[in-house]
Amino acid sequence: MKRFLYIIPLLILLVVGGFSILQLKQVSGGKSVNVLPSVLINREVPPFDLAPIQGRDRGFSNKDLLGQVTIVNLFGSWCVACQAEHPFLMRIKEQNLVPIYGIDWREKDPAAGPKWLARYGDPYTLIGDDPNSKAAIAFGVTGAPESFIVDKKGVIRYKQIGPITPDVWDETLWPMIQQLRKEN
Amino acid sequence: MRSFLFAAVMALSMPLMSTPGLAVEPDEILKDPALEARAREVGKQLRCVVCQNQAIDDSNAELARDMRILVRDRIKQGDSNQEVVDYMVDRYGDYVLLDPPFKVSTLVLWVGPGVIALLGVVWVAMLFRRRKSDSGEGEVVSVGTQAAPLSEEERRRLDALLKEDQ
Repeated sequence: MKRFLYIIPLLILLVVGGFSILQLKQVSGGKSVNVLPSVLINREVPPFDLAPIQGRDRGFSNKDLLGQVTIVNLFGSWCVACQAEHPFLMRIKEQNLVPIYGIDWREKDPAAGPKWLARYGDPYTLIGDDPNSKAAIAFGVTGAPESFIVDKKGVIRYKQIGPITPDVWDETLWPMIQQLRKEN
Repeated sequence: MRSFLFAAVMALSMPLMSTPGLAVEPDEILKDPALEARAREVGKQLRCVVCQNQAIDDSNAELARDMRILVRDRIKQGDSNQEVVDYMVDRYGDYVLLDPPFKVSTLVLWVGPGVIALLGVVWVAMLFRRRKSDSGEGEVVSVGTQAAPLSEEERRRLDALLKEDQ
């Protein structure tokens, strides 16, 4: 009995260590760790209506997302991870895989977003300006970038926290989009 | 010594004296003090979702500021306090509440510490009981051996051993 007690610290260490290694593997494997599981999954996109960014004549609202599978992507010119994600979004656009709707989040300078897009390219079908986090809070967003897969009925089906990487795309997002296209 | 005591008392009472700094900025404050008071009431309950353990009213984070403004917008539009809180919970989940509600998914959170404390008490109680009964039995055993007289054979061997020594 006493001997067994001496093993307990080792057991605790193994369990804690095991979980740490597991988590670390997931992160290094490109999977984002869902710190906040979204309560919005399988619910309709919250109503919003965003003004266009500077120099554009159209923003977009939740109604624009109906009738097709879309990705809603939250970005900002101030966001480094968005910049890392950007080339991949451009590839999605060039290959015409799925329409991406952009929410330009919390630009201090209204010209910053358009300037950033002019420099790196514009992968978005429509872009809405969200300087006061109205849409970001409606989507329950905590940081950029975050992306949502929205089905034809305007229901949020998946939330990607952090950049869309090729791995995440191949393993999760693209199969899901193809699946959702088959739904009526 | 006295100055050391003074420093110690000051240091220990520091947490009592400090109040969390209110981050609500002048330009956010509503004109109607009654509405502003309600906004503060709501703001105290809501977690700043990018800073782990701070209310939105206490946080300087930009998202917290935007959340405060949204709380005020909704209150101005006639939402009740509960409706504003529900709006946030609808989007961020229970995580946005600094005081999470008691329900199945938060059961472990609420009951866990109590259960662990109870297990500890039971364990300690068992330890004490065992120690008591151990020593009790020990006494009985020792009394028994003392009381048992030596047999004829044992007495003879003991005598032989004692003689050997002499």
